[in-house]
Amino acid sequence: MAEREQIKKTSTRETPDVVDDVPTTSKKGDELKAEMDDLLDEIDEVLEVNAEDFVRSYVQKGGQ
Amino acid sequence: MALPKVYGIETEYGIRHTGVTDPNPIAASSVLINAYLASRALRADQGGPERVGWDFEDEHPGDDARGFSRDGAQPPEIETHLVNAVLTNGARYYVDHAHPEYSSPECSDPLQAVRFDRAGERILVESMEAASRQLPDGQEIVVYKNNSDRKGNSYGCHENYLMDRNVPFAQIVKHVLPHFVTRQIWSGAGKVGCEAATTGGVEVPFQLTQRADFFEEEVGLETTLKRPIINTRDEPHADASRYRRLHVIIGDANRSEVQTFLKLGVTGFILCMVEDDWFGDRDFTPAAPVLTLRQISYDLTLRKPFELVDGTTVTALDVQWEHLGLARKWAEENGLEAVGGELVGSEVLRRWEQVLTGLEGDPDSLADQLDWVAKRKLLEAYRERDGLEWRHPKLAQLDLVYHDLRPGRDLASKLGLERLVTEAEVASAVSTPPSTTRAWFRGQCLERFPGQIAAANWDSMVFDVGGEPLKRVAMMEPLRGTEEIVGPLLEGCSDAGELLRRLGA
Repeated sequence: MAEREQIKKTSTRETPDVVDDVPTTSKKGDELKAEMDDLLDEIDEVLEVNAEDFVRSYVQKGGQ
Repeated sequence: MALPKVYGIETEYGIRHTGVTDPNPIAASSVLINAYLASRALRADQGGPERVGWDFEDEHPGDDARGFSRDGAQPPEIETHLVNAVLTNGARYYVDHAHPEYSSPECSDPLQAVRFDRAGERILVESMEAASRQLPDGQEIVVYKNNSDRKGNSYGCHENYLMDRNVPFAQIVKHVLPHFVTRQIWSGAGKVGCEAATTGGVEVPFQLTQRADFFEEEVGLETTLKRPIINTRDEPHADASRYRRLHVIIGDANRSEVQTFLKLGVTGFILCMVEDDWFGDRDFTPAAPVLTLRQISYDLTLRKPFELVDGTTVTALDVQWEHLGLARKWAEENGLEAVGGELVGSEVLRRWEQVLTGLEGDPDSLADQLDWVAKRKLLEAYRERDGLEWRHPKLAQLDLVYHDLRPGRDLASKLGLERLVTEAEVASAVSTPPSTTRAWFRGQCLERFPGQIAAANWDSMVFDVGGEPLKRVAMMEPLRGTEEIVGPLLEGCSDAGELLRRLGA
């Protein structure tokens, strides 16, 4: 495990910029949830209505 | 010294033919490929569809890397005469069993391989569009880049790596087996539920990989039943006295470019390290590899230890961290030429560390990099919004739809997966071969002399220059036939006859 600790320490030293950037670029929880909700609405529009039929009819035989 | 790695990736795509009562997957696969070839031929304005077929002279899928040969194993296409084409980007595009399959051209680094894997996706998208122009109204053929129909049927995404023939196969097995079992934590495409006959009483609402359920053996020749973690097919498609091609059947087809990059890149490192005998006495062989493979796929905590042959226990993350540490030391001592160069090799190491750090601390932070994380996040959002149980058919539907390639329905881009290659690079890779392998010669000959090539395969081209017997040009060195080596030669040739004279063939 000593080896592994060493890797992680090294990486932390090498990438301080990335760590500093995180607070300014991360979004608030509410904002992320709103984005996800919009995405779900968008996906709903293209999903076939009958999920059960869709899943049943997806059959793929003869594969490696 | 480790041999320079040559990388290839082959994908069998799932298809759904809608608007017909009794869909025939073989016919639908043929329609897709034929429609694509016809549309490209029209676009190239070559005065009609020039079709170059595959040459089966050197195909021996029954040869086993452990040193014996199985009789009666024929490439399936010989038996069924299915569509089989070679493309100007050096790839093979054909009907394999009941699926359209795209086999990328030989690539000299894992980033180039990502580009040609994406080119394959784009070719399938163009195939769908071309087919829809031919099909009656109300019919559509839809393509999915996944590996399971959720009913126990699986289809593959295979990797290929050029290796040194002198390395004993047992050494490859010893170190590659632990890698394949543990890399799932960052290579999986994710799947709702489980298709294995038994899970040993464990509930599996969601698992890391599409494929783990389908593997039953540790080492073997099969690819369609009793699938082995390590496949022993011994068809080097190159000078068999020097090379081996490791044919890997255990991977998932990824929508994530980061995962395809890491899958090929990290495995390239592991194989170089095997060639350089870099593992020393380290042996991470699981006591029960097949069982461990599944347990890791089922364990979303990534924390459950498994037992090694020496009786100690480790986690998949432990093994991956140790492999990364060994790879860094190997790179310091040997450089990165053998894995594809300094730039790409150091990027593999950087991203490998990044995903291990993310998996250890907060897997959700990798939602833009790993399919299984992106998919699970989407499913959890649906579960929360609609109050769905894991068994709800809508989640199974989303599991399939995640892999739908149609523009506008492509969830991988809607979910914001990180891109490593640009659309322009992908567009170019649809028709132009990699310049750094023999695929350059294959693709350029097809581009320049389509009417004078009788057939082609990975390690040879058969020319028909009229009035003479057919001439076969062998290409037994995957890293020759590059733009640098044959570019000037091809540039000055007005036809294939002149090329053959210059080659002294």
